[in-house]
Amino acid sequence: MVRKLLKEKKREEIVKVASRLFSERGFYNTTIPDIAEAVGMSVGNFYNYFESKEDLAKYIMQYSSSILGEEIRKISQMDVSTKEKVFLIVRRFIEIAQERPELIDYFLRIFLSNREVFSEGCEGFLCVGEVVTELMLFLEEGARKGDFRQQDFFPAFVTIMGPLGGLVFLKGEGILPKNPIEYANEIGENIWRALKSDEKV
Amino acid sequence: MESLKVRRKSLIWISGLTCNGNSHSFLSSSSLSFDAFLNSVNILFHPALTYDREFKDIYKDILEGKLKLDFLIVEGAVSKKKTKVYFQGFDIYEILENLKNIAEYIIAVGNCASFGNFPALYSEDVVGLNFRFNQRNGFFEGDFTTKSGMPIINISGCPAHPEWIIKTVLSLSYGYDLKLGSLQRPKDFYMYLTHDGCTRNQYFEWKVEAEEFGTKEGCLFYYLGCRGPLTHSSCNKILWNDKSSKTRAGMPCIGCTEFDFPLRGKYFETKLNIGIPEEVPLGVSKRAYIMLSGVAKTFTNHRLKGKLEEAD
Ligand code: SF4
Repeated sequence: MVRKLLKEKKREEIVKVASRLFSERGFYNTTIPDIAEAVGMSVGNFYNYFESKEDLAKYIMQYSSSILGEEIRKISQMDVSTKEKVFLIVRRFIEIAQERPELIDYFLRIFLSNREVFSEGCEGFLCVGEVVTELMLFLEEGARKGDFRQQDFFPAFVTIMGPLGGLVFLKGEGILPKNPIEYANEIGENIWRALKSDEKV
Repeated sequence: MESLKVRRKSLIWISGLTCNGNSHSFLSSSSLSFDAFLNSVNILFHPALTYDREFKDIYKDILEGKLKLDFLIVEGAVSKKKTKVYFQGFDIYEILENLKNIAEYIIAVGNCASFGNFPALYSEDVVGLNFRFNQRNGFFEGDFTTKSGMPIINISGCPAHPEWIIKTVLSLSYGYDLKLGSLQRPKDFYMYLTHDGCTRNQYFEWKVEAEEFGTKEGCLFYYLGCRGPLTHSSCNKILWNDKSSKTRAGMPCIGCTEFDFPLRGKYFETKLNIGIPEEVPLGVSKRAYIMLSGVAKTFTNHRLKGKLEEAD
């Protein structure tokens, strides 16, 4: 049990370091020895945790997706209105982007830009299943209650993810005049207004 | 036809508020089963089948103890009030009151007799024999049992499958133990879902959906409203006319064996919220269902992409 926990901790450490290195240098310019060195482990030992660089790359996505999915799930299950949940999800996403910038950078700079790395075993929603599932459940419930307008899933999905991705991208480029969290309410309001049913305020 | 003799057990079939669909269904049973049925059961009266004796005479004989009554089959909804529903000139209310302690078994055949079904939508006093929809406030309330010690047996369906009717009666006449579910339907027929045994299971698994009725390909769940994964029935295990079923023929299951059949409406539509089904297959959480379908949709099963006739 302890062994397993320790192994998990180490994997997390590797994820943290590797996602930063990948985002800074690019997927192909980062080698396993680079990662091992930055974590302070031998290359041989690295292979006890991940079979290959591709394996690690996919794991990072699943890992980020499960963190974000878990947060969305917690908010979804809270006893507050759908509108408040939208605001909370936006806020939490921006907070995570600030707490774990390497994960978001990784998503934008590696996952979206090196699709060939993820073409087997990570295609479609396979590595981001948890985020997508939690958003589906959240949207379904909101529409079932009559809070959200009925529409196809994908337009609704990008209405939530688009602004959030855009914001962290702008932050990454260093062109946001204010701290991202200061935009949370406005973005929350935009997403809510875009999704809500006509009767809602 | 003469009343059918040489039988061990006796049966009468009466009808309340009904379209007689279950009688039609019963008459469409396979000749093999029907033969077996007639060899074991003496049908004293059925409104469309027997003609040698009138109901009033048989009824009188039963009430006077001259004829034993093993099975009372009721088709159609009934009323909790007197003088509302009649059968062969008798108030069904009275027939049921008079026979409730005489018949060994009382079997509700079809959704109307089982749960009230469509007729129950029109009046509060219209009910099934033991249930009104899923509440135990039918004609007989609560834990009512007949002489045999069995509760009312519901063979639900709109109509009920002839084999379910025949096999239920035969099992009881042979003295077999009949397990019932919470809605008092025989487990043998209702522990399955319509989905079990459907020829479209692979399409369901891989999320390949049909957009038209009557094709051989595609699952009918997402676009055409199939209730197979949420409906208790053995329609795809015991085929209709020994040959086929709705879903096999490309017609979605409309959930006609369930108590909520008349309450749902929109029979050819799966209710979606932002594209996600509001109800998911029985036994799985919505989270699990969405997760799995997402994975399935990511992959392609090439056999299921085109016309089956052209697939290798
Ligand atoms: S058509 Fe209906 S019963 Fe058949 S596999 Fe699809 S959902 Fe199940």
